[in-house]
Amino acid sequence: MTEAAETFTPPTRFAVPGRIAVSEQAAAVWQTATITQVRRETPHAATFRLAVPGWAGHLPGQHLMLRLTAEDGYVAQRHYSIASAPDDSGHIELTLDHVEGGEVSGWFHTVAEPGDTVEVRGPLSGFFAWPGDRPALLVGAGSGVVPLMSMVRHHRARGLDVPLRLLVSARGPEELIYAREYGAETTPVFTRRAPEGVPVGRMAAAHVAPLLAEQPPGGWEAYVCGSNGFAEHASRLLVAAGQPVHRIRIERFG
Amino acid sequence: MNVTRGFTGRPRVRNAALPPGQYDAGDDWPVLSAEVTPELTPAEWSLRIDGLVEEPRGWSWEEAHELPGSVYEGDIHCVTSWSKFGVRFGGVSLDAFLHMVRPHVSATHAVAYSHTGYTTSLPLADLTGGRAWIAWEYDGRPLAAEHGGPARLLVPHLYFWKSAKWIAGLRILDHDEPGFWEQNGYHARGNPWEEQRYRGD
Ligand SMILES: Cc1cc2nc3c(=O)[nH]c(=O)nc-3n(C[C@H](O)[C@H](O)[C@H](O)COP(=O)(O)OP(=O)(O)OC[C@H]3O[C@@H](n4cnc5c(N)ncnc54)[C@H](O)[C@@H]3O)c2cc1C
Repeated sequence: MTEAAETFTPPTRFAVPGRIAVSEQAAAVWQTATITQVRRETPHAATFRLAVPGWAGHLPGQHLMLRLTAEDGYVAQRHYSIASAPDDSGHIELTLDHVEGGEVSGWFHTVAEPGDTVEVRGPLSGFFAWPGDRPALLVGAGSGVVPLMSMVRHHRARGLDVPLRLLVSARGPEELIYAREYGAETTPVFTRRAPEGVPVGRMAAAHVAPLLAEQPPGGWEAYVCGSNGFAEHASRLLVAAGQPVHRIRIERFG
Repeated sequence: MNVTRGFTGRPRVRNAALPPGQYDAGDDWPVLSAEVTPELTPAEWSLRIDGLVEEPRGWSWEEAHELPGSVYEGDIHCVTSWSKFGVRFGGVSLDAFLHMVRPHVSATHAVAYSHTGYTTSLPLADLTGGRAWIAWEYDGRPLAAEHGGPARLLVPHLYFWKSAKWIAGLRILDHDEPGFWEQNGYHARGNPWEEQRYRGD
């Protein structure tokens, strides 16, 4: 065998999970999606339910590309994680933070209503996906909890018994997206304001240590999602607590 | 055209330097990497080029710095829609490295890989002719770790996922072998001017 005929193997075990395939077809085609419902989550975040008749299905953790078109042909495209668990309802849900001065999130929060259409393409990227087959340690902040919630919902909907834990950071209880839906798997961390008796402060070693101490056999797959600053901080905490680097997947919202 | 009701977008000035679907990120430089930022010192960094070449070899930080310096001044474009104008990177042209290993005539592609194991695939023609660099300086200062320091590949005429951070090596091939994002549905070439974002574009 010549060198060129061998399949190249990167020098570490950090690689695309071979068990997840991305559909070429789905990634390439723009589809019309109709907003069917808008649900307020927090003062700054809302969930938009979309009917996408041709949706090819997704895995928890995947995202899509969304585009809005102005009358003069100007187009704005942004990535959004899918918040809903995979199901066969013909609908998916997105949860958008209202970014100050934001072009796309601004339209969603001030103009969009049921009946409006947008275009989507996806699902994209199998890297951050969690098919539900391995113990998962989820760490998110702000709207970074969106793809992680898809995993939690999937876990529940399928009644999976593979271990799952969610560590979620928000400024205060009123800004905690999906607050009503969390169960025993979730530990919220409040950085500015907290209910009586709950400490205030950013995510620290003390939050991560117990989760790594009660590791399931074979260890955790860690999924970190949020702003870049948060992703850097949280991934370092995980490494310091003993989580192997090649088993930490990061999605940075910018 | 599928017009979105009530969407006008931000007031905009037509900018011929902006590829379609991109916006000017201004002073921002978003970080988009899927792995933990490695703590890699210059002493630990190395670069290797092998595969279909006459003389496979590696370079240490010092050896790479002995090659003639070369600067890129211009724009960069990320597939996530931001572009950054007038950036300045310092390093060495990839031609200087390739000149020393001498790719075979049959060579057509390369897989670039990082010290983290990240990979990205490129046509060899996009890496030659003064269009690609091994870069270790940004704006006259050492390249920050979260942007790929101590050294990254820089291929500014393609979407930035091709510019592998923490570059560790290039494997020269006679066929295309999809890298990390290419296996995840992204385009094989990634030319921003043709909006080659995803497979099938
Ligand atoms: C993989 C991925 C998944 C994501 N998932 C989610 C998600 O589930 N939920 C979510 O809420 N977000 C998510 N994001 C972030 C999302 O893609 C957008 O970045 C976010 O919604 C902001 O877009 P926008 O158009 O509202 O703001 P933009 O218009 O892009 O503005 C962002 C900021 O930049 C400034 N700005 C940018 N361009 C200009 C300009 N030309 N002039 C003036 N100011 C400007 C704005 O004032 C604002 O502060 C995700 C990102 C990625 C990469």
